[in-house]
Amino acid sequence: MIFLDNLVNGISLGSIYAIIALGYTMVYGIAKMLNFAHGDVIMMGAYIAFCALQYWNLPPFLALVVAMLACTVMGVVIEGLAYRPLRQAASLAVLITAIGMSYLLQNLALMIWGANPKSFPSSMISIPTISLFGGQLKIAGATLVTILANIVIMVALTLFTSKTKTGKAMRCVSEDRGAASLMGINVNRTISITFAIGSALAAVAGILLCSSYPTLQPTTGSMPGIKAFTAAVFGGIGSIPGAMLGGLLLGVIEIFGKAYISTELGDAIVFAVLIIVLLVKPAGLLGKTVREKV
Amino acid sequence: MKKFLAFALALALCLTSVAALAEVELTIAHIGPTTGPAALYGLATLHGAEIAVQEINEAGEFNITLVNEDDEHNVEKAVNAYNAALDAGAVAIIGNTTSKPCEAVSALAVEDRVIMITPSASSEAVLENGDDGYKGNVFQVCFTDPNQGLASAEYIVEHKLGEKAFVIYNNADVYSIGIRDTFNAKAAELGLEVVGEEVFNDETTDFTVQVSKAQELGADIVFLPMYYTPASLILQTAAAREYKPVFFGVDGMDGILGIEGFDTSLAEGVMLLTPFVATSEDPAVKSFVEKYEAAYGETPIQFAADAYDGVYALVAAAKEAGITTGMSVEEVCEALIPAMTTITVDGITGSMTWDETGAVTKTPMAAVIENGVYVIDAD
Repeated sequence: MIFLDNLVNGISLGSIYAIIALGYTMVYGIAKMLNFAHGDVIMMGAYIAFCALQYWNLPPFLALVVAMLACTVMGVVIEGLAYRPLRQAASLAVLITAIGMSYLLQNLALMIWGANPKSFPSSMISIPTISLFGGQLKIAGATLVTILANIVIMVALTLFTSKTKTGKAMRCVSEDRGAASLMGINVNRTISITFAIGSALAAVAGILLCSSYPTLQPTTGSMPGIKAFTAAVFGGIGSIPGAMLGGLLLGVIEIFGKAYISTELGDAIVFAVLIIVLLVKPAGLLGKTVREKV
Repeated sequence: MKKFLAFALALALCLTSVAALAEVELTIAHIGPTTGPAALYGLATLHGAEIAVQEINEAGEFNITLVNEDDEHNVEKAVNAYNAALDAGAVAIIGNTTSKPCEAVSALAVEDRVIMITPSASSEAVLENGDDGYKGNVFQVCFTDPNQGLASAEYIVEHKLGEKAFVIYNNADVYSIGIRDTFNAKAAELGLEVVGEEVFNDETTDFTVQVSKAQELGADIVFLPMYYTPASLILQTAAAREYKPVFFGVDGMDGILGIEGFDTSLAEGVMLLTPFVATSEDPAVKSFVEKYEAAYGETPIQFAADAYDGVYALVAAAKEAGITTGMSVEEVCEALIPAMTTITVDGITGSMTWDETGAVTKTPMAAVIENGVYVIDAD
């Protein structure tokens, strides 16, 4: 029973990582850049949802919509202002810009909402905890919603990229940017749309993250962001099912490591497993090994 | 007419100097962060000190001028503030409010021979003087961090709050580790069984492992030597798992009810070691709270009460030592050091005495959260 309990806790944590990792992997897969500001867009999304619930007294559904819209706009603006001018620059320059953007967002949040942590209202997800085996095993409502959201988003994204015109354009841009633009695909617009979708997902992830772990402060997004990035690499960056698998595994490994080995070494164990996986499968669990012609 | 004016002026001067003879004139400085991220604490200590000064001046005998210097909770700014305070003629310092600036300033004050009474800087480094033992010129109104661990264990045993204790602490924070070490030592000494402990760090947001361990081991008291943010997460995790032990916190827990959006019903029954509870029926506390609310429009926190008591301790020591107007900073310091260790101050944070290290001895009080407010534990 303790084992099952830990497993449930691990899946609950992993589903949060998975949903953040989906955003990372999507932007990486298409724009070929690591958007390190993703974790901070998540934090902004959570703050906006917090304001919608706490100050403007909106119902949870509207709060979600407001946060998604705000994050979409934020994502497109960030991409247009900070990343688009660097499209031809070395990938290192874009990476550093993304880190700068991450600090900018954190400090912006510090300026607007202050350093005092806020507690995310539990009214956002009002599904009660489910008790199994006569109360020995408990699954929080937020966990169920997160897992469900993961599956829906994963299926929707897979369908979107394989069936729709825009989705196909995204895959083309991902494969060969130059050839795509020769075929009449508007590369800038496609990347903008990618960021818009990624940021809208960040808002959902922010709300789910803060519903499970309800402290909200300007650094809320950074650690989960790094872990989710790890999850994306673990599952094979660029692969949408890989992000989900990586996230879930990472969460379960982290909780088991903490519960059975040491809470102090919890994070170290996670990263040790990552290193081992990458040694054996350098492209991640579900990643494709791409040969590059030299 | 001119002659009359001159005469009146001379008379007035005479009168003031007569009045001044009766009163001891003292200039003291409050140093604390009245702006910046820790302004909440610095303003509280400043306001607490202002109320004490006002009361003392009204009572006669002393005429205290309080100057305020802002350290912004920054070590460099604190040193500037200290120099500015001495330039302004201060002979004693109420401050610094926070530990790091206080460590920096007290290192200078021990060389310059300036007496300091800090309301709330609780680290041991404030009192220690490198490897040479203690500074001796710095006195604390609050408990040192490790002493909170002792006091908590004593309180739990004395009031029979539980039999199996579990400790969750932040192993990346000296404050948390210090309290945990002394708590465990004292618990062993008093026969309180610590069934287990778990750690976390500043980045931890998932407390399911820590809480479920405590639950498995059947702990009926969970000791939380930490600040209120992780504590709020632990309470939420425990509530989701329907685990209801007694949660016992220290001064870092103060503030948990102020987290925006926090469901305060989760903190119901949480106990914390605190020397000051604003809702207390004690007449001295009541009068302080009323004056504070009238003057500043908010309920005083522990820091304000500590500063209030700090000013009273300073004046009590000044009376004991027979301080007079015009004594130099060094003279005041040398006279007050022995006086501080002989006085007993019955303040609003308890009855206090000091030893030569500068650490305070007072009876710990615990508050319990009932209906969203702190209430002094009745037992």
